[in-house]
Amino acid sequence: MLRDPYFLQAVKNTFILVMITVPLSTSIALLISVGLNAIKPLRNLFQTVYFLPYVTNTLAVGLVFMILFKKTPYSDGLINLLVRFFGGTAVDFIDGPYWAKMLVLCIYTIWVVMPFKILILTSALASVKQDYYSAARVDGTSRFRIFRKITLPMISPMLFYLVITGFIGAFKAYSDAVALFGTDLNAAEMNTIVGYIYDMLYGDSGGYPSYASAAAIILFAIVLTITCINLLVSRKHVHY
Amino acid sequence: MKVVLQNLTKVFPGRGKGTKDHVIAVNDCSFEIPDGELVGLLGPSGCGKSTTLNLICGLQKPTSGKILFGDDDVTDLPPENRGVGLVFQNYALYPHLTVLQNIIFPLQNLRGKEKLSRAQMLEKANRIAALVQIDGLMDRKPSELSGGQQQRVAIARALVKMPRVLLMDEPLSNLDARLRLQTREEIRRIQRETGITTVFVTHDQDEAMSISDRIVVMKDGVIQQIGRPQEVYNEPCNLFVAKFLGTPPINVFRASVKDGTLWIGDEAVLSVGGVADGNVTVGIRPEGFCVDENGPLTCTLRAIEVMGRDVTVVSANPAMEGTEIRSIISSDQDIHENKETVRFSLKAGKVFLFDWESGERIAFTETL
Repeated sequence: MLRDPYFLQAVKNTFILVMITVPLSTSIALLISVGLNAIKPLRNLFQTVYFLPYVTNTLAVGLVFMILFKKTPYSDGLINLLVRFFGGTAVDFIDGPYWAKMLVLCIYTIWVVMPFKILILTSALASVKQDYYSAARVDGTSRFRIFRKITLPMISPMLFYLVITGFIGAFKAYSDAVALFGTDLNAAEMNTIVGYIYDMLYGDSGGYPSYASAAAIILFAIVLTITCINLLVSRKHVHY
Repeated sequence: MKVVLQNLTKVFPGRGKGTKDHVIAVNDCSFEIPDGELVGLLGPSGCGKSTTLNLICGLQKPTSGKILFGDDDVTDLPPENRGVGLVFQNYALYPHLTVLQNIIFPLQNLRGKEKLSRAQMLEKANRIAALVQIDGLMDRKPSELSGGQQQRVAIARALVKMPRVLLMDEPLSNLDARLRLQTREEIRRIQRETGITTVFVTHDQDEAMSISDRIVVMKDGVIQQIGRPQEVYNEPCNLFVAKFLGTPPINVFRASVKDGTLWIGDEAVLSVGGVADGNVTVGIRPEGFCVDENGPLTCTLRAIEVMGRDVTVVSANPAMEGTEIRSIISSDQDIHENKETVRFSLKAGKVFLFDWESGERIAFTETL
C-alpha cells in the first residue's frame, strides 16, 4: 500500500492541509477574537456574522466556493475577476493546477473551522478577569506586553484545546474536498487519507478492506503521535 | 505624599435617556489626606467608596473635581503616570507567574531612564519581600499560597515601585476572621515602615477603627464625617454615622424633649439643656448604660450574656427602634437573671440626640 501512488498522494494532501490550515485558522481566529473583544459597538452583530458559517451546510458552502472560484465557458468566477483586476491571469481553481486546487481547499477549510474557534476564543477572552488588566494598567504595562504576558497565558488552555482538536479535525478531512471537487478525488489529485479509506471500501476502486484498514491504522497512529506531542508541549505552557 | 480631593464628583450614566437614571456614585467629595497617614474609607456597600478609590487611582475619570498629589494635579493623568500602587480585593495576582515574577512585573514595565537591570530588580523584589515577610515563597505560584500569603504578595507587588500613594480595595475581606486581625496589624506595620500615604476601602467599621489614622465615613456618595476613629465614635455628626460605628451597634429610641428633660416613653431619663421641645431620636451606646435599682429607664429583661470581662444585657423597651437593646456592663455589677425588668441610669456622654427628621446631631448640655 505504501507504494500506492493514490495513498501517497492522499497522505501528502492531508499533511499539507493540516500544516497550513491549523496554524493559520487558529491565529486568524485569535486576531479576530481579540479584535471583537476590543470593540464595543456592533460587537454582537459581528459575533453573529462570524458565527454564521458554523450553522451553514458544508455542501452549500462548497457550492458557493465553486461558484466563486470555478472557471466556466461563460464566466471566470468572481475570484478570477479580482485576479484579472490586479493584473494576473485567470486560473481554473477547481479543475486547474494542483497548487490552485490546494489553495482553494485550504481557504475553504480555514473558513469552515474558523467560527467555532472564534466562539471559543471570544468566550475565553471574556472570562479573563478585568482585574488583571486593571492591575497591569496601574503598573504601566504596554498593550503588547499585556497581550503577551497576561492575555495569552490566560487563554492558553483554550488555545491548546483548539490546536489539538484542529489537528484531529484536519486529519480526518474528507467532506470538504468532496464538496469542492466531487467524489472522484483521486482523479482531481485532491484525495485525503479518510477519502482513501472510503474509496478502498466502497468507491469505484473499492473492494479492498485490507487496504482500508491498514490506512485507518496509519491514520490513527499519526493522530495519536501528533496529539501526544501537542499534549507534551501544552503541559509546559498551560499553567493551571 | 499629601492627597487632596477637591469637589470630586462621579456620575455613571444610566441606560435610559435623560438624567433620571444617572447614578451619582461620588457626590462633591472634598478632603485632604496628610502625608504618611493611613486613611480608611468606610461605608456600606454601594456608598461610592470603591469608586472614590478608583478615581484616586485613575482607573476611572471623575465627572468633575480635582485630585492633587502634593502640588501636582493628577486629575487627567492615566494611572501609570500617577505613581500609585493598587491592591485589589481579590489580589489579582497573575496565576501563571511565580511570586517573584509577580513582584517584579511592575519593574519590568519601566522604560528609558528608569529601566533596571535584572540584578537591581531582584534586589528590590527581595527587599520588599522581606518587608512583607514572604521571602521564603518566591518560587511558588499564587495557587500554592494561603489567602494571607497572597495578600502579602499583592501588597509587595503594589509597593515594589515605591508608589507615592498606596491604595487598597477591601484588603481584608477575603480572609478569615483570625487572619484578618493579624493582617490588619501587618498592614499597619508595613505602612508605618514605608511611610507611604495609604488609602484603604472597607465596609467593616472594626477594621477601619482599629488601624486608621483617620476615617472617612461615606453614604450614598456623600462624605458624612472625617476624623480620627475615636473622635468619630465619640462625636458622631448624625444618626447614620452613630449607627454605622460600634459593635454592638448603638441603641436607638424614639423620644421627646420637654422643658429640658429627655423622655423615653413616660420616663424622664436625662436632663438635657439647650434643646428645643419636640420629638427626637436618641442613640445610646451599649456602654452608656449602668444597671441601677433606682435608674430612670425601665426595660424588660430578655437575657444576660456573660462574656468573661463584661456582661451583655439584652432587654426591650416599647420605644426602641430595632428588635432589642444591647447594653454592656462590667461583670462586677450585680444583676439577677430571674428579674422581669431591669432599670438603667444613663451616662450622658454616651447619649446622643438626633433630629427626628434629618438625623442630624443635636448638641445638648448636661444639667444636673
